[in-house]
Amino acid sequence: MIEFILNNKTIKTSVHQGEPLVDFLREYRNLKGTKIGCREGDCGACTILIGELHDDNVIYHSITSCISPLGNVHGKHVVTVEGISLENGLNRVQEEMISNNGTQCGFCTPGFVVSLTGFAIKKTQHNHNPLNTFQDVISGNICRCTGYKSIEKAGEIINNSLKGFSIKNSINDLIQHQFLPSYFATIPEKLKNIPKKENPKKGKIVASGSDLYVQQADHLRKKDVHLITLNKEHQTIQQKEKTCFIGANTTVSHLLENSIFLKQIPKLPEFLKKVSSEQIRNMGTLGGNFVNASPIGDLSVFFLALNAVLHIKNPHGNLREVHLKDFYKGYKTYDLKENEIIETVSFKILEKNASFNFEKVSKRTHLDIASVNSAMQIEIIENQITNIHLSIGGVAPIPFYAKNTVSFLNQNELNEENIEKSLEILNDEIAPISDIRGTSAYKRLLAKQLVKAHFITLFPNLF
Amino acid sequence: MKNKDSISHVTGTSIYIDDIITRSDTLHGVIFASQKAHGKIISIDYSEAEKLEGVERIFTFKDIKGENQIGGIIQDEALWAKDEVHYAGQPIALIVAKSSFIARQARGLISIEIEEFKVITTASEAKEKKLFVSNPRHFSIGNTEEAFNECTYIFEDVTFTNGQEHLYLETQGCYVCPEENGHFKIYSSTQGPTILQKIAARVLGIPMYQIEVDVLRLGGGFGGKEDQATSWGVMAAVAAQHLNVPIKIILDRHDDIKFTGKRHPYESSFKIGLTKDLKIHAFEADFLQNSGASADLSPAVAERTLFHATNCYSIKNVHTSVYPCKTNLPPNTAFRGFGGPQGMFVIESAIAKAAHQIGVCKSIIQKKNLLQENDIFSYGQIAKNVETENSWNLAMELSNFSIIKEEIKQFNKNNKYIKKGMAIMPITFGISFTNTSMNHARALVHIYLDGSVGISTAAVEMGQGVNTKMLQIASQEFGIDASKIKIESTNTTRVANTSPSAASSTTDLNGKALLKACIVLKNRLINIAARELLSDKKDLKFENNYVINLTQTKKISWEELITIAALERVQLSEKAHYATPEIYFDKKAEKGHPFAYHVYGTSVTTITLDCIRGTYEIDQVDIAHDFGKSMNLDIDLGQIEGGLVQGIGWMTLEEIAYNKEGILTSNSLSTYKIPDVFAVPKKINIKAIETNGNDLAIYKSKAVGEPPLMYGIGTYFAIQDAIQNFNPNYEQKFHAPFTPEKVLLALYES
Repeated sequence: MIEFILNNKTIKTSVHQGEPLVDFLREYRNLKGTKIGCREGDCGACTILIGELHDDNVIYHSITSCISPLGNVHGKHVVTVEGISLENGLNRVQEEMISNNGTQCGFCTPGFVVSLTGFAIKKTQHNHNPLNTFQDVISGNICRCTGYKSIEKAGEIINNSLKGFSIKNSINDLIQHQFLPSYFATIPEKLKNIPKKENPKKGKIVASGSDLYVQQADHLRKKDVHLITLNKEHQTIQQKEKTCFIGANTTVSHLLENSIFLKQIPKLPEFLKKVSSEQIRNMGTLGGNFVNASPIGDLSVFFLALNAVLHIKNPHGNLREVHLKDFYKGYKTYDLKENEIIETVSFKILEKNASFNFEKVSKRTHLDIASVNSAMQIEIIENQITNIHLSIGGVAPIPFYAKNTVSFLNQNELNEENIEKSLEILNDEIAPISDIRGTSAYKRLLAKQLVKAHFITLFPNLF
Repeated sequence: MKNKDSISHVTGTSIYIDDIITRSDTLHGVIFASQKAHGKIISIDYSEAEKLEGVERIFTFKDIKGENQIGGIIQDEALWAKDEVHYAGQPIALIVAKSSFIARQARGLISIEIEEFKVITTASEAKEKKLFVSNPRHFSIGNTEEAFNECTYIFEDVTFTNGQEHLYLETQGCYVCPEENGHFKIYSSTQGPTILQKIAARVLGIPMYQIEVDVLRLGGGFGGKEDQATSWGVMAAVAAQHLNVPIKIILDRHDDIKFTGKRHPYESSFKIGLTKDLKIHAFEADFLQNSGASADLSPAVAERTLFHATNCYSIKNVHTSVYPCKTNLPPNTAFRGFGGPQGMFVIESAIAKAAHQIGVCKSIIQKKNLLQENDIFSYGQIAKNVETENSWNLAMELSNFSIIKEEIKQFNKNNKYIKKGMAIMPITFGISFTNTSMNHARALVHIYLDGSVGISTAAVEMGQGVNTKMLQIASQEFGIDASKIKIESTNTTRVANTSPSAASSTTDLNGKALLKACIVLKNRLINIAARELLSDKKDLKFENNYVINLTQTKKISWEELITIAALERVQLSEKAHYATPEIYFDKKAEKGHPFAYHVYGTSVTTITLDCIRGTYEIDQVDIAHDFGKSMNLDIDLGQIEGGLVQGIGWMTLEEIAYNKEGILTSNSLSTYKIPDVFAVPKKINIKAIETNGNDLAIYKSKAVGEPPLMYGIGTYFAIQDAIQNFNPNYEQKFHAPFTPEKVLLALYES
């Protein structure tokens, strides 16, 4: 039995927990406001809000319900467009969408309305998340009619009207200022009454589902699924001496909101803004990105340059460690046995003289899969490279650690000549193929340009 | 007035096909389509699929009681393939099951053997083999051969514009309910209810009156649901004819992208000749249209390419040809602009080439050749009420052109790895279906006993706001509040024999018909009012829910008036018909007056290019656009912004990719990218030019749907301008879209 609150109703259902959430909403509950546009998390028409109990507060974030298993909402508050109108009319977001002509054919509109209502909540609840402009929050919503400017105008007005809301009492403030219907105030108590669910440990391991449900929704909707993020296991970020430990179920948004991690990588918001969309960042986990094993996985590339170590647990509870750069064995194959699970990821915190950069170029800058992406960590002492890690995606069957380039640059002097030489070495050790993300010639050129971009960005005076 | 559906849109209560609460015995259809682009069907084994629990029946061409023919302009397209397949994604069968999930499972169990034939994916290859879906067309004025001899400069080159996926957010779909006596009601997401009705009747082998098509609204159309919404409705109707239960088909996104046609890719070549003073003296172009495997709307799209091949330039000697080439791609179809954008890209490329070779700014050549009053287009129509120069000058003003240009020059001097680029894009677009016989519409108005009003027209609401404008017309004419008026669904039993909602002219045609109906009703009502108020009817007007005299001393409320009229048995319903006067076109001479009027405007685009990464951002687009007397600026500005961004998408990110086997590889939203909130211009400024408008447009407004898409073309040339500022070795190419890949390769070519 799955129990949760759907808008202002408590739901108990025995529908299979692998069913895509959007189908449960539309087919079992007749909530037709949540639309199906793509079923792969790429259009945002099915955006909903998920509220989770943290102490006495319910913290909300947006997700795409098409690639989310129903089972993951147990014990949570699910908010659809039907649940955000006020008892006696429209909420502020709906009003502003109308006033600013933010709707034309209307099909994407519920998704935008939910995302922007989520923005109002995020702005007050997650004020430490640096990616909280109104544009960031609709980064996963696609509209084919308006050209977005009218929706942006609505977002800007909403943004301005949120100034001065208290963090502590945000939901009440939002109710008072007509952003949310009043029933939201009753949700924390209701959620407390929902018993925790035992998670059956059999079937396909699914975290948020944001990757698996893109390709395998029809398969998973009938088969056993083992939902590993249901009870928030392995979502912590800790620093122990000079090592940072991140739970593998940590989402991209968790990374953004964590001060330990942000301190390591001050430009994190700029980097992660290019990683999928708000909705997917709220869902996608670090471990999921690693085991997806895409040669172009943003987080794999990112953590390769942090020289990360994976802590892998087997069903008996035994842990082993493997470097991320040794984890990948070939296209979509990696060093993980049946029933083993990545529990934690760790990396050495950056030294004082070290800096980090991440580059990504895709056809569309945001919410797109990279043609080539790259990350570099580099430590310089007196113009000498004393430590360097360089990774590139999209140039090999696996997320690629540029071993030869690294060994050339390491302990070498940092100058333009050596950088140019390193690009030649890089050119010899990569082997991009032509595909929908670009021709091999393009990727080869782009890979070199992005490595150059690391140096231009980190050491502008050199050029 | 805001979009009349705003409230239901923002609350998620607007109903689209997939939201209709269905009858409990409804079955669901999934299409089994060819995975090969060309070949002969040797055998198909449905037995495993049929055995799957929940599968009701699989329908093929054998189950068609009428004709297996869905072609519109030319009857060359089967509903379900019989012996041969001509493109990957061509429907072969419809699997009907208890759920779409089961039907999809069953689809995976069908095995098919196809003897593969040679696959042609490009227009040039088809032209070489003389494979066309319809005859080539040629437009000519003056004598280009002689004129080229008089030119100082002559340049030639080739261009390419790729296709474009419509990506309406609501995928194709329909819901068909059998009614008594072998009648069917089809709820469809179609721009062309009558087309669907006609083809369904043909395929089912029944008269049109047995088919009722109803359209409430579309979640976007953009031309993709003009002809290509038909087949799904027809397939479901065939299944309903056999099973006598309701059938629902909703294409999932992958099926939709794979099965449906797109904007036509064009391979073109041009020859442009200029005199010493930079006047374009002669222009020739050959357009190779990649039509896909059957004609669909391609002949009409091809024709419009020629109509717009000289954009808004005054050129005395023109010869243009278009070849609709038959390939093994899904039949390409209508898409906002309808061949016009492809034509305009070529003349803009020609000017860019000439400017670069001569060593002047592109805008100088553009400016010198802008269309003037009474100029003659190559198809014989005389340009009237021309706003080209006016819009050009206003766009210059709006964008602070000369200042910005100087700033960009300085910026480019001061920055090594970041360059800015700029381009101007003047446009003109002809309004009317170029097939004259389609320029008509009807409206039906009922005034109910309580004074509330119901209106039916042939217009299909798909986000363009046509229903809001219909509401405005009735509200204004009757002088009553919009809340008293309902715009009904578009339904073939209420308004029959309609043209599709397309060609930017839906509001003009239907609005004019509605206006006529309202005027007839008003004339009837005013006689009663004049008698009741003891006034001369000349002195009465409909205003604020009353009929009131000029001195405002006497009035009768709308409701009271209707009550009296009803008691006196006055006819309170009216239907009116409107057909655009004046227009004609002689296809033998390729001359005539095909357009009711033209729309004009000019955009100025500035972009910033990251020359390390090959990525770019659009800083600003300033547009001066001729709205006539806009009926609804909220809606019209939305059309400009949305159209512009669609045009930008076509020119920048949106890259359709078929492999050599004719298989679409950009087949999902993760591989086909349309603009998101960050990809659009940071600023869009629109100056609404209020012009005299045109009597052939409703209330002297002007059509606004398609023209703004072509402002997007400026983005291509702005990017090219920035590249030229970085890489002096760059050799100009005219190959859209200008993806980051092409940009980076251009930046570093030597």
